[in-house]
Amino acid sequence: MTSSALALPAAPAWRTAWITDRAPVFVVVAVLMVFWYLAAFVMNAPQVRDAFERNDVKYTLIDVIAGTMDGDRPIVPAPHQVVIELYDSILGYPLDSPRNLAYHAWVTLSATAVGFALGAVFGIVLAILIVHLRTLEKSLLPWIICSQMVPILAIAPIIIVVFGAIGIRGLLPKSIISAYLCFFPVTIGMVKGLSSPDPIQLDLMRTWSATKLQVFWKLRWPSSIPFLFTSLKVSVTISLVGAIVAELPTGAQAGIGARLLTGSYYGQTVQIWAALVAAAVIATVLIGIIDLIAKWTARRMGATP
Amino acid sequence: MDQSVARRPGPEQSVAVGTSPTKSTRPVERVTPETATGDGRPATATALTVDMRGVSLTFQTRDGTVEALANVNLQISDGDFVSFIGPSGCGKTTLMRIIADLQKPTAGTILINGISPEQARLQRHYGYIFQAPALYPWRTIERNVALPLEIMGFDAKERRERVDRYLKLVNLSGFERKFPWQLSGGMQQRASIARALSFDPALLLMDEPFGALDEIVRDHLNEQLLRLWDQTGKTVVFVTHSIPEAVFLSSKIVVMSPRPGRIIDIIPCNFPRDRTLEIRETPEFIKIAQRVRAGLRSGHSYDE
Repeated sequence: MTSSALALPAAPAWRTAWITDRAPVFVVVAVLMVFWYLAAFVMNAPQVRDAFERNDVKYTLIDVIAGTMDGDRPIVPAPHQVVIELYDSILGYPLDSPRNLAYHAWVTLSATAVGFALGAVFGIVLAILIVHLRTLEKSLLPWIICSQMVPILAIAPIIIVVFGAIGIRGLLPKSIISAYLCFFPVTIGMVKGLSSPDPIQLDLMRTWSATKLQVFWKLRWPSSIPFLFTSLKVSVTISLVGAIVAELPTGAQAGIGARLLTGSYYGQTVQIWAALVAAAVIATVLIGIIDLIAKWTARRMGATP
Repeated sequence: MDQSVARRPGPEQSVAVGTSPTKSTRPVERVTPETATGDGRPATATALTVDMRGVSLTFQTRDGTVEALANVNLQISDGDFVSFIGPSGCGKTTLMRIIADLQKPTAGTILINGISPEQARLQRHYGYIFQAPALYPWRTIERNVALPLEIMGFDAKERRERVDRYLKLVNLSGFERKFPWQLSGGMQQRASIARALSFDPALLLMDEPFGALDEIVRDHLNEQLLRLWDQTGKTVVFVTHSIPEAVFLSSKIVVMSPRPGRIIDIIPCNFPRDRTLEIRETPEFIKIAQRVRAGLRSGHSYDE
């Protein structure tokens, strides 16, 4: 802190702090980029060399390096190719065009949001039941754990087919698959959170002869809030994965999953990577939003700064 | 000996007599009205706040049966300040939890203000103060004090008035909007006392409330507590490890000993209600402290 402040006397303090706070992140990103470019060269070089030799073209190392960085269908696309693809596919087409990546991202995001909401509510309700009815813990918990051991790729088509048979298509079946995956961390986290009050705090409620409902709203629920946000952060990324996975086996026409699928049919590796980056960005933003809400809530609830 | 029984209202008497041991097995340590009203108030005002007869509590562990309490007989009169003193494991906290209906005895009868502990709890006859302040960290001090009032359905105006009144009583005015972590340990414990007082229970149960505090803060809070007891006329049951604290605060000291948890002496202790810390240097004070120590020794409490 001090040394960088001395080195940059002209920079305002907040900017110096902003840079020093984020320096580790920048360093990691830089290292990742170096490795990514190296990987792109190593993985794509044989392909490029083969192409030169097939056409009897004389080539130098520089040519090979250049070739590994701008191939049409590279094994590992270079970072700048992914960025260009992202730029082109988001800004190059109208928003409602199936060629626009933002359109696909939106389709997946809406399924994620609905699935996450369903999963979170279901997970919380389940946790409340388990905490209040100890018999349920014994009878339900094994099934809840079992539900998470079944591969979702096997269940997803079943859910799509069953819902399709009763006329429900599109968003809802995907959301249900997403909810199926993401309720679990919420249930586990909230069972712990709702049982987290100190025995003394529960005794106090008893001495005031509080009702079960009062104990819940005035003690158990507020005590569980930190646990809730921690599990929501885990669960929101899972719900995104769930929504993407739900698009894979069903031949969905839109969504990041569909984009991945068409990309792999036609060997469009750059498109696949762009879709992956888009998914990662969405997940980061979702976690960021939950983190912001968590911090705001913590401040309102008097957390130690 | 039977005066206090005769003075109690009819229905309580019949319940108490019907379920209690016969007169001949009456506890030797029972408190006579004379000692109970030693502060000079008229004896006719005396009614029993706590009446325990033959209370025992045993529980099963893997190593066999543990006798937490054996045949405890104790009467606490209205307006008393009673301290339970004894080494760890003598059952003083258990005894208090039984009074509070947080634990059930395996034998014996208890009446709180003439009704069962469970009814007394449901009718909110007592306020319980634990060793830890146990404030809810997400509530400000004023909302912590208001919590029992919210639960008991007081309206917002009444809640505000009572919070103001009791925070003032424990010298915490001006800290209404602070969160518990912003207060020192002593202030937090004072807030928890205000919380216990907020719904104006006739009986205060205090389980080593100042045990975690340093001696300077403890002395100060002892004086404040004494003034509070004098002002409000509440009955206080107080658990402590400290002989000086017990002698300084109490109108009656219950000396307990472990294995099995039992009462071995009840010592009347009637310094004037407006006593100050200076009385700790007086011969009377030292004499009572010696008797407490002797009681603890006779109960083999110093064995370990």
